Amino acid sequence: MNTAGHSKAFTKLLLHLHPKRVNAQSIKFTRTFGLGGISSLFFVILFASGMLLRFAYVPSVKGAYDSIVELQNEILFGQLLRNIHYWSGMGLVLVSFLHLIRVFYSQSIYHDRRKNWFYGLLLFFLVVFSNFTGYLLPWDQLSYWAVTIMANMLTVIPFVGDFLADMIRGSNEVSETTLLRFYHFHTGLLPLLMVAFMSVHFWLIRKSKGVTVANMENRETVPTSPHLLYKEMFVALIVIISLLVLSTLVNAPLQEKANPLISPNPSKAPWYFMGVQELLLHLHPIFAICVIPSAVIFFLIYTPYMKFSDLNVGVWFNSEKGKKLTIFSIIFGILFTLSITLFSEYWWNGTQLMPNVPSLISTGLLLALFYMIPASVFLYFLKIKYQASKIDLVMACFTIIMMAYLVMTIVGTFFRGEGMSLFV
Amino acid sequence: MRLFEQKINRRNFIKRTIQAILSLNVLYIFSSLLSNKKEGNTLDEWYEAGDINNFKNNHIYPYSSAHFYLSKIENGGMLAISTKCTHLGCAVQFNQSKDMFVCPCHASAFSKYGEVVSPPATRALDIYPISIQDNKVMVNVTKPIKRQKYEASQLTYA
Ligand code: FES
Repeated sequence: MNTAGHSKAFTKLLLHLHPKRVNAQSIKFTRTFGLGGISSLFFVILFASGMLLRFAYVPSVKGAYDSIVELQNEILFGQLLRNIHYWSGMGLVLVSFLHLIRVFYSQSIYHDRRKNWFYGLLLFFLVVFSNFTGYLLPWDQLSYWAVTIMANMLTVIPFVGDFLADMIRGSNEVSETTLLRFYHFHTGLLPLLMVAFMSVHFWLIRKSKGVTVANMENRETVPTSPHLLYKEMFVALIVIISLLVLSTLVNAPLQEKANPLISPNPSKAPWYFMGVQELLLHLHPIFAICVIPSAVIFFLIYTPYMKFSDLNVGVWFNSEKGKKLTIFSIIFGILFTLSITLFSEYWWNGTQLMPNVPSLISTGLLLALFYMIPASVFLYFLKIKYQASKIDLVMACFTIIMMAYLVMTIVGTFFRGEGMSLFV
Repeated sequence: MRLFEQKINRRNFIKRTIQAILSLNVLYIFSSLLSNKKEGNTLDEWYEAGDINNFKNNHIYPYSSAHFYLSKIENGGMLAISTKCTHLGCAVQFNQSKDMFVCPCHASAFSKYGEVVSPPATRALDIYPISIQDNKVMVNVTKPIKRQKYEASQLTYA
């Protein structure tokens, strides 16, 4: 028997996730910033620490909170374990989001990579949903009310909203059924689905010959081991060390035990949903929860299917001009979103200014148009003044959406205090 | 779309049909597992709020464990107002100094009749049916009534 070969089976398997040789250009750090790899590293860490946490956690209204407290106070390294799980969860949302942005701007979502972009979006959705279902498990005030708000957000969706909300809650309120349901999503179904989709995601990358590079013809290859492997190990080491340092220094938050009678003031959704919650403060719920998010999702899915004449797959921002226009759009997106936030906070009170108009129009449609019309004028300006092509405009749209979300997330997270009022 | 361009022959047809039936099955099982569990509501639906003579006009009485406020207005009419904010379901609290219900989550405010004073909430707070038997005020906490705004007909008198 070839024992040596067998004993290395595991290492060999890991190595075979990569091809034998890789394009020298594609392993430059600045090509991908290792974002996809870091995401999968976080996934592995989450999986391992999560499996361990299961031994301490009691998924019931009576036991959940106390089991977390016990984990933190009585069990050796319990707090550290929870912190690692918490911070890599945050890290995964952040890094996979950056990964999404990287892939978009480096034009890596067209032609045969369309499918993979689609699986990527699906994975991103699963990541956010995993994070959100994990949010409820400590059963403290923060998690209880964040989930109450989010579930009620669903009820706004016409026709299926109530059904959806009841389906995730399992009753009319956030209750023990909800806790159990979230626990099984979080520790069972979702990780399993993610493993499945991740495999497809990775396989599709190999099928389209690795990550995109600026000129595909120039294929100067180097052996994967050691060239790519060393880089990967180096990045992984840095990530793991920073995670350990962070988890030693900063504890995962735990508030008072959940109390269905009192909403804390302010009650905020988890930070990655703060953008949506911020929208809710300004816009009619149908627009904030239904119209705008579906428009954005449609935009993300549809973009790679549009016809472009001048794609530059693998080139950041498509061209030098594209880079310049993206910078303009960043500036426009930030300033304009900020000003309209203030405008709607202090001057535009639709229902009071127009008491006879239905609020769907006064605080919904009109306010949305206040945003969309200047944004379209801006896009038109780019088109006329700089002869922006279709791909440039699509990137500008994407940039404005991202900036709007970023600004709203920051405003909601850092600048809203008691009663969710803005302190400036 | 590719899906429709593919030729339909017998082999494909059978494959598709089996796939469709299987996925419908999975979907059905999954959705029935996740459907709303009706908890057998054998509990007393009627919550006893107290003797009618204990309530003063123009006052608000909290019953937070039963998730409602009893609001008695100037002319003696009563409303049992749900604490569940109609925006996204946080628990509203009565603020004495502002004389309003305020929601901590997104700053909606409601009058003592439960009517929206400031958005984002778009409709008045739900109310519960009140019935008065032998001077006892009873509130049916299992039947919230949705309403757009306050109307005099919603009041219950002794
Ligand atoms: S839940 Fe009350 S204002 Fe949003």
